[in-house]
Amino acid sequence: MIAISTSDIHHLATLSGLTLSGDETESLRKDVEKIIEYINLLDSLDVSGAEPTYQVTDLVNVGRSDDVVAGEVSREQLLALAEESLESQIRVPKVL
Amino acid sequence: MMKIADYLKNSAVSNVEQAIARAKENEDFHALLSLTEERAMERAKKIDDGEISGRLRGVPFVVKDNFLAFGAPSTAASKMLENFDSPLQATAVEKLEAEGAICIGKANLDAFAHGGSTENSAFGPTKNSADKARVAGGSSGGSAVAVALDIVPFALGSDTGGSIRQPASFNGVVGVKPTYGAVSRYGVVAMASSTDTIGCFAHDAADASLVMEIMSGQDKKDMTTLPDFWSNRVDFPKKKIGIIKQFMSDGVDPEVRSIVGEYIEKARQLGYEAEEVDLPMAKYSMAIYYIVMPAEASSNLARYDGVRYGLRSSKAKTLAEVYGLSRDEGFEAENKRRIILGSFVLSSGFFDAYYLKAQKARTLLIDEFNALFEKYDMLIGPVSPTPAFRLGENIADPIRMYLADIMTVPASLAGLPALSVPAGKTDSGLPVGAQLIGNYRSDRALLEFAAEIEGVK
Repeated sequence: MIAISTSDIHHLATLSGLTLSGDETESLRKDVEKIIEYINLLDSLDVSGAEPTYQVTDLVNVGRSDDVVAGEVSREQLLALAEESLESQIRVPKVL
Repeated sequence: MMKIADYLKNSAVSNVEQAIARAKENEDFHALLSLTEERAMERAKKIDDGEISGRLRGVPFVVKDNFLAFGAPSTAASKMLENFDSPLQATAVEKLEAEGAICIGKANLDAFAHGGSTENSAFGPTKNSADKARVAGGSSGGSAVAVALDIVPFALGSDTGGSIRQPASFNGVVGVKPTYGAVSRYGVVAMASSTDTIGCFAHDAADASLVMEIMSGQDKKDMTTLPDFWSNRVDFPKKKIGIIKQFMSDGVDPEVRSIVGEYIEKARQLGYEAEEVDLPMAKYSMAIYYIVMPAEASSNLARYDGVRYGLRSSKAKTLAEVYGLSRDEGFEAENKRRIILGSFVLSSGFFDAYYLKAQKARTLLIDEFNALFEKYDMLIGPVSPTPAFRLGENIADPIRMYLADIMTVPASLAGLPALSVPAGKTDSGLPVGAQLIGNYRSDRALLEFAAEIEGVK
C-alpha cells in the first residue's frame, strides 16, 4: 500500500497550480490514499502483450482544410470575459 | 406525460409557457439552475410566425449546464463559471435549435460533471423525482429529473462514465449514451476527452431516437466525430442477448436483479435468446476508469486559471496567486480530488505503473467486448447496483460513491453505445433501469429494440 503524506498532497497541488486552504488538505490526503489503494487492484492484472488504447474509434489524424475563416466570436466578446482588460490585452497582476 | 408529438400540435408560445410554469411548480426539486425564459419566448414567437421550422418546431427542452447555451450563464454548476455568459453555443444545441427546438433552461449537475449524485453541485443538490429524500443520480441529475417531472419532453446530458445512464435509471426515464464520436462535443465543458459523449433523456425510445438523429454527425469543430453516423448503422441479426454475469452478482440489490430479469423476460417473449456471459475484465473497469478519467480531467481543468475567463480570486496579488487561489475558490472538493489524483497518476515515476498500465488494461476490456459481440447482438444488465440512494448517504466515502458507476464505466472505456431504459419499480416505488450495451454504431438498433420492448406489457 502506498502511503500518501500531507507533503505529497502539497507537491501534487503545486504541480496542479492549486492552492489548498489548510483545513481540506487532510481530508483530501485520506481520500486520495483510499482511491489509490482501490486502483492498485490493477497490480493483480497481467497486461503483458497488450497495446495501450488511447482512442477507441478507428479515426486517424483528422485534419481541417487550411482556409482562413472568420471567427464566430469577436475579440471584444472574448476580452469581455476576462476580469480585467486594457488596450485589447488581458490584464493580470505582476508576474514577478 | 407529454411526448414530442404532443408538443408539435401546440403553438410554440403555449409550449414554452407551459414548460416554464411546470418548472416553477417543481422548483423544490432543484432540477434547474436557471430559466432562459426571455430568449425562449422570443424564439417561440419567431417560430409561431413561421420564421423557423423543423422536426422539433416549438418543442421545449433543457440542457445540462455544462453545454454552452445562450440565455443564462453557462456555469457547469461551479463557482468557477458562475457568471460565465458564453459568446457561443454548443454544436448539439445549435443543431436542435435549427430544427425549431427551444431551450427553456439549464439543468443542475455535479460541478464540472464530477460525481454520481448531483450533490457536488456548487448550488445545492437536485432531488430524486420519485422521492425527495433521495439523490437524482448524476452527474446529469437535473436533466433526468426535468424529464421525469414532465417539465420538458427531452433534455441533454453528457456521459463520461455513466452520467446519463445512472440518473436515467434513478428517475425512470430513457437515457442514451451513444457510440463515442457520434455527437459533437464542441461547446461542452470537457471532462475526460477519451470517454466524453453527448446524449439525451426522453420519455421513450422513439423521442430519444429523434433527438439523437438530429444531434449526431460529423462536426469540423470536433475532430473525433464520426462521418455518416446515423445512416451507417449496425443491426442485430442474431437475436441473441448476453446477460453480463458480473452485473447480476450477489453484490447487486436483489430487487434490481429481479426487475432487470423481468425486462429480459420481455425480450424472450419477442423471440430473443438470452443467456449468461462472462466479462472478467468488468472487475478491473472501475480501477482503470479512476486512472484514465482523473488524468484527462486534470488536464482539461488546467484551462481554468482565472486569467481569460471564469472566477478570478479577489485575494490574488501576483499571477501565481491568480492561478492557485482562483482554482482553490472555483473548484469543489470532488474537482480537487480528481485534479490531485490526475496529477499523481501522470507524474514522473508513476506514469508507467498507473496511466500506461490502465490504458493497456483498457485494451483487454475492449478485446473481451469484441469477442462477446461476435456471438451476441447486445449485452444486458442493471445500470447501477442499487436504486437511488439517500441524499448524503455516500458523500463521506468517495469509493462508495464511485461504485454506483461500476456497471456503466465498462461501456464508456470501450466507447460503446449504451442505453438506460425504465424496467420497473421497487416495492417502495423507486425506478430501476436496465442497461443495454451494443456494438459500435448499433445505437439505432438499440433504440429500436428498446421501443419494441416498450410495446410488451
